[in-house]
Amino acid sequence: MAVEAPERPHTRGPISEGPRPPGVVTDHLFRWLTLGAGLMVLVILGLILFSTTREALPWFRSEGFGAIIGHDWIPAGNNPKFGALPLICGTLLVSAIALTLAVPLSIGIALFVTEVAPRPLRKPVIYVIDLLAVIPSVVYGLWGLSVLVTPIKGVYDDVASTVSSIPVLNTVFSGDPHPSGRSFMTAGIVVAIMITPIITSLTREVFATVPTSQKEAALAMGATRWEMIRGAVFPHSRSGVVAAVLIGLGRAMGETIAVALLSGSSPRITGRLFSSGDAMAAIIANQFNEATDTWRSALIGLGVVLFFLTIVIGVIARAVLHASERRMAGT
Amino acid sequence: MSDPSGPVLTAAPAHRWRQTKNALATSALVLSVLVMLVPLVLIVGYTIQRGADVISWRFLTDPIQGIDQLPGGGMGPAIVGTLLITGAAAAMAIPLGVLGAIYLNEYGGTSKVAGVLRLLADVMTGVPSIVMGLFVFTIFVLRFKEKTGFAGALALACLMLPIVIRATEEMLKLVPSELREASYALGCRKARTIVTVVLPAALSGIVSGALLAIARAAGETAPLFLVIGIVSKTNTDLFNGPNTALSAQIFRNAGLSFEVSQDRAWGAALTLIAITFLFTILARLATAFLTRRTAS
Repeated sequence: MAVEAPERPHTRGPISEGPRPPGVVTDHLFRWLTLGAGLMVLVILGLILFSTTREALPWFRSEGFGAIIGHDWIPAGNNPKFGALPLICGTLLVSAIALTLAVPLSIGIALFVTEVAPRPLRKPVIYVIDLLAVIPSVVYGLWGLSVLVTPIKGVYDDVASTVSSIPVLNTVFSGDPHPSGRSFMTAGIVVAIMITPIITSLTREVFATVPTSQKEAALAMGATRWEMIRGAVFPHSRSGVVAAVLIGLGRAMGETIAVALLSGSSPRITGRLFSSGDAMAAIIANQFNEATDTWRSALIGLGVVLFFLTIVIGVIARAVLHASERRMAGT
Repeated sequence: MSDPSGPVLTAAPAHRWRQTKNALATSALVLSVLVMLVPLVLIVGYTIQRGADVISWRFLTDPIQGIDQLPGGGMGPAIVGTLLITGAAAAMAIPLGVLGAIYLNEYGGTSKVAGVLRLLADVMTGVPSIVMGLFVFTIFVLRFKEKTGFAGALALACLMLPIVIRATEEMLKLVPSELREASYALGCRKARTIVTVVLPAALSGIVSGALLAIARAAGETAPLFLVIGIVSKTNTDLFNGPNTALSAQIFRNAGLSFEVSQDRAWGAALTLIAITFLFTILARLATAFLTRRTAS
């Protein structure tokens, strides 16, 4: 890199011999200033943990263990109940659908860009996929709500009637009791579109670290391109892809607005993909501004649960990545 | 542990099947790209089509219609809100993030403290935006008993901070150590070297990273929706009274079934996409500028 050297050479002359040479104080101050800025990350994470947990305490106090494992979320009425289980299950179901769709697609796109695409096509494809990441999530939600739900309802009905005589499948893909087309599946599909860019760019970076020598060795032995990918690219990048999927999972779980608009907002524990439902982040967005007292405390508590889940997933993802990087450096 | 032995090759008679498999796999990869282009084209195309019908100078400047089912009104207050809140967030997060990145790359290096901070910054990028909204609600809105634009700016700043830190650190890493050594050799102290040599060398990259963080923050909805409240007239005071933003208006109007509300939502969506794309394009230009300058 040919960046110009500083134009003005040092003007202070040789280092003075006094007990405190010029600039030493500024130097130290600057160091501590930058350290302080870096520590802000720690401070903010600590504050999040402390202040949200404190506000969620009334929920834990009033529901006890039922807060997490309770089956009912009934905020209104004489006997309100705030059990988080339907929402935790909803979050997991939507994320599972999203990952099932997004992971193969992302790996496919990443392989296309790194191994198949002619060089002039690579950058445009990357740019275009990255554009998907720039579209705000509320626009995805709006699009899903006013364009996607109607035609997709028909598709759900078709699928349901096709598999209606096959056991298991006729439960999983059963007809939607909610006639609007808003469901776990709809939310999952849109979340899949939203997390594909991030998984793609992470796996792309992983595939790019595969040594060319190994790929060439495979090709030189007569492997087809696909055999080269399976024999040289995949074994080298397995843990990196796992980390990318975990990071995508964290994003999917935190996705709020699109799920709030598309899940149908009815908390329930079910394995029926076409059923309407709700998820943790989504219910916070939908109910927070009208909630008071225990209700609000419970919503903040859901945020705490979400925070813990995403932190744990994030740490595991980084640990996997770190271990694989160290191993690569060792070989 | 990685197995460098390469693919297991089958014998010659299977040749044709291997070629077929290769062709199938290649077409699957091409197909996956095409599949992802469909939603992009559909979403952007539909937003432009619906939004263009709605957007006019009056839509961009008029106050928001107070009665949802009536026509008229614009998005002026929301546009002002989005720009002010995102701007305030950037003013907080970018200097802090750049300083933090300087610590990580120039001082911390491979030390334990830097390692932990790096991990925390990575993990913090994964914290859902709605959690940041709840956090600011608990420390700010509950304390001052008021929803303000500044609360929204705080939430966005928390989201931007780790992104800016990690993007800036990547850029600082690219600055060749010869530059630093040359500066030391001329007698500059470390702080001076960083400010006058390292930062200018990485400037375009840092600007690009910051603009991408701004683009991401401008489109955020969930945290703003919780902490800034709602207002139908322009509020330029971030510290007093509720505010509003484009994303919050889209979310609100999307949930209403009136035809005019849907129109408003699409108009606001096109405006918001235009703003975020603008920042993204600016970021690309900054990167291009960096590449050209280094190449020459």
